[in-house]
Amino acid sequence: MTDPRIMWRRALNFVMLTLTGIAALGVVSVLFFILGYLIWNGGKSLSWNFFTQLPKPVGETGGGMANAIVGSLKLLMLAALMGLPVGLLAGVYLAEFGGKTFSFVVRYTTDLLNGVPSIVIGIFAYSLAVLPVKHFSALAGGVALGMMVIPITVRSTEEFLKAVPGSLREGAMALGASKWKTIVTVVLPAAKAGILTGMLLALARVAGETAPLLFTALGNRFWSPGFEQPTASLPVMIYSYAIAPYDDWHRQAWAAGLVLLGLVLVANLGARLLLNRGGAVRSV
Amino acid sequence: MRKSLLIVSLALGLSALALAQGGTILLNAAGATFPYPIYSKWFDVYHNGHPNVQINYQPIGSGGGIRQLQAGTVDFGASDFPLSDDILAQSKFKILHFPTVLGAVVPTYNISGVSGELNFTQKALAGIYLGTITKWDDSEIAKANGGVKLPNADIVVIHRSEGSGTTYIWTDFLAKVSDEWKNKVGKAAISVNWPAGLGGKGNEGVTGLVKQTPNSIGYIELIYAVQNNIPYGKVQNAAGNFVKADLAGVTAAAGADAKNIPDDFRVSITNPAGPKVYPISSFTWLLIAEQIQDATKREAIKDFLKWMLTEGQKYNEGLSYAQLPKDVIAKETQAISLIK
Amino acid sequence: MSAAATTIVNEVPPQAGPRAFLRRLRGGDEIAHLITLIFAAGIILLTSMLVYELWVNSHLSRAKFGWIFFFTKVWDPNFDNFGAAPFIYGTLVTSAVALVIAVPLGLASAIFLSELAPRKVSDVVSFLIDLLAAVPSVIYGLLGIFIVVPVMRTRIGPALIHTVGNVPYVGALFRGPNYGVGFLTAGIVLAIMVVPFIISVSREVLLTVPREQREAAMALGATRWESTWKVVVPWARTGIMGSVFLALARALGETMAVTMVIGNAPTIAASLLSPGDTIASVIASQFTEATGDLYLSSLIELGLVLFLITFILNGLARILIVATERGGGRPA
Repeated sequence: MTDPRIMWRRALNFVMLTLTGIAALGVVSVLFFILGYLIWNGGKSLSWNFFTQLPKPVGETGGGMANAIVGSLKLLMLAALMGLPVGLLAGVYLAEFGGKTFSFVVRYTTDLLNGVPSIVIGIFAYSLAVLPVKHFSALAGGVALGMMVIPITVRSTEEFLKAVPGSLREGAMALGASKWKTIVTVVLPAAKAGILTGMLLALARVAGETAPLLFTALGNRFWSPGFEQPTASLPVMIYSYAIAPYDDWHRQAWAAGLVLLGLVLVANLGARLLLNRGGAVRSV
Repeated sequence: MRKSLLIVSLALGLSALALAQGGTILLNAAGATFPYPIYSKWFDVYHNGHPNVQINYQPIGSGGGIRQLQAGTVDFGASDFPLSDDILAQSKFKILHFPTVLGAVVPTYNISGVSGELNFTQKALAGIYLGTITKWDDSEIAKANGGVKLPNADIVVIHRSEGSGTTYIWTDFLAKVSDEWKNKVGKAAISVNWPAGLGGKGNEGVTGLVKQTPNSIGYIELIYAVQNNIPYGKVQNAAGNFVKADLAGVTAAAGADAKNIPDDFRVSITNPAGPKVYPISSFTWLLIAEQIQDATKREAIKDFLKWMLTEGQKYNEGLSYAQLPKDVIAKETQAISLIK
Repeated sequence: MSAAATTIVNEVPPQAGPRAFLRRLRGGDEIAHLITLIFAAGIILLTSMLVYELWVNSHLSRAKFGWIFFFTKVWDPNFDNFGAAPFIYGTLVTSAVALVIAVPLGLASAIFLSELAPRKVSDVVSFLIDLLAAVPSVIYGLLGIFIVVPVMRTRIGPALIHTVGNVPYVGALFRGPNYGVGFLTAGIVLAIMVVPFIISVSREVLLTVPREQREAAMALGATRWESTWKVVVPWARTGIMGSVFLALARALGETMAVTMVIGNAPTIAASLLSPGDTIASVIASQFTEATGDLYLSSLIELGLVLFLITFILNGLARILIVATERGGGRPA
């Protein structure tokens, strides 16, 4: 019983298991610290000005990020319009129609696209959407973000479509529905929660992207009307203001960080709630 | 049902935003951070006076201004680096230079225990940036600063990380005053292979780094030091005097060259002769294509230039930039008609 | 019998020839097939175009520098001499530091969450950690600048220099002027960013290890830890490796958080406290104002290099994770 080897092993057991607990605690503490610090600093800096004012000339206080907030929303909308349909339809293809080799190639390419660093997507979007038309634009930014939305949407659409039980499909066909009708009226609605979740998560992911916007949407000190003009966006403003020396800009950067984080977290939470309500369990 | 209504109203709202541009003239410009404070002030004031004209200026560095102008993605650029002959020759279209303000590049520092002004000899600045002078209490720095207690700390050198006109002015000065610099690093340029130090993005980035990093030194436009209350040193000019950057010193530096400024306005005024000149001064230019197809844009740009040369100049001194000399303004007003 | 085959009612026997194709098109199924096919093919087209653009636009620098590009330490726009070495070095070093910090922490946390914590706690914590993974990069950069950098400069940096810095050999990693920004700072920020991925995937993989394995170990008298470390973790080894590769791929491509805390100096230095630069960071800093075609081409070539590295790593990660899921985690 008092064999030293057993005592050593028991001690080791206790120490290592405690260490794992400490590690997990540490990681979770970092999360809370990040959120807490951001909420505190950002909350301090939120003001009416922040939401309603345009940026002021360098060195003057009182400016805001109204145009950046609208700009980010606009970019997200463009990304959604350009990327979500492609992702959805490609996902439908992979789940419902795909042949063996072609599907493999599509999946492989989608994974490839997913792994491309966002800065490289920015380079591509610059040569695709900025140079030919000779101006920076919100549209170009939307193209860059749209490309990043596609892979996430494809994967989640395919997964959730495949998860729809075969009995549902067979039931529809037994009633005489053609394949496409089955998909549209039975399969897609059944997978609705999961697919929407995937889309929401994809948008939440690109909402915070900065690098691809640096050479596509560029930036704007004013309102950006339409889609053909450069536009300010929250992430780029955070970047520009954070590296600058002005304290007022730092405060605005914190506020913007809070708003952005809030948007992203709400979207993520919403997505997971949707998922749980819809009954699907698999995490994306 | 509710979801589709939401989508429809969102779409309508955003298309309203899209159409809202009727009648507004939107100009996009990009370039130097050196004059960014005065430019942002100008474009703001000009917009208030001319609500249908919106000039969106993005400070991405002089290199950016040059590049994007050549790529045609901006309507005009801004640079503290007057384009060299070969760049102009390679350009697909003719580019005109229009000086806007006179500014100064100052050595700013953040040294523990030192709050006053330091004197920097020419050799000191070159040595620091070459990496040959590594400690703050080096004799080259100490001998010019008799009463000041300098710490025996490593100098953190800060430069620009991207292609910068401010770098051009700074290296122009260093190349003129130090043969070692000219041989080792090369002639003045917007981007060099720095022997030492950290990079900051834009004048703002350098200022930010200096502010946060103890025992650091950086080169920035005067207004950034003033607006952020950080100390900046006096620089020794060609006559041997230590001069602090101010409107008088900068205007004096432009002095002689102003009368004889070349027709294309490209000139370097660093390290001139004269007892009271501030040796690291420079013009900064707007780069505008000689031929602008779009008539409304062309007229808007010309109109802005005229405003800039008259009304605009009044805002310079409030932001520590010197006004353009009268001779330059006169010549430039005539040059505006070159834009077709 | 009937469950196995599902007959499709409207199917027209396929025939060759364009007229037959058009005839088939009148059926809604074929149109749906065609439309979705086009979009799926569109993704292939898009990705191919991306690679093509990268290849073509880096032609100038590839032609001029060739393979030496990877070994040149100089990045000199003034003399048109460009080399990738400092950036490849910076990318590898920061990612290595990130993994050295994140893998032990992440694996330990995953073990805790899958083996020790009550299921409910594990689920809640896992959920929170997934949220951490969703935080945008620029916010990590923001926190990096205002929290990590000052702490590095005032406390951790000097502490490291005075303690480990004096140890022979290893000490070379912690020398020199202490800026606050640099490889180590960037590595720390990256570690915080990738730890959620490691935890999330490793935890899932560990949960798939069959109970019998643990029970068998216990039956042989192993302590909890021994059963975990010597039986369960090796079982999930390939999946865990996959998560590490995934984290690595993420770290390599990370742009904003790194560029805000690394110092933007293309240097190769032994000291982790030295400022440096990574591929993604230099592209972000210098792309819009690369005057000169060779300059721009060199930056794009760097982008191509980064793309290739992440491509290979992602591929490996996929293989490893899929191998675990399919093979039930049999130790290789």
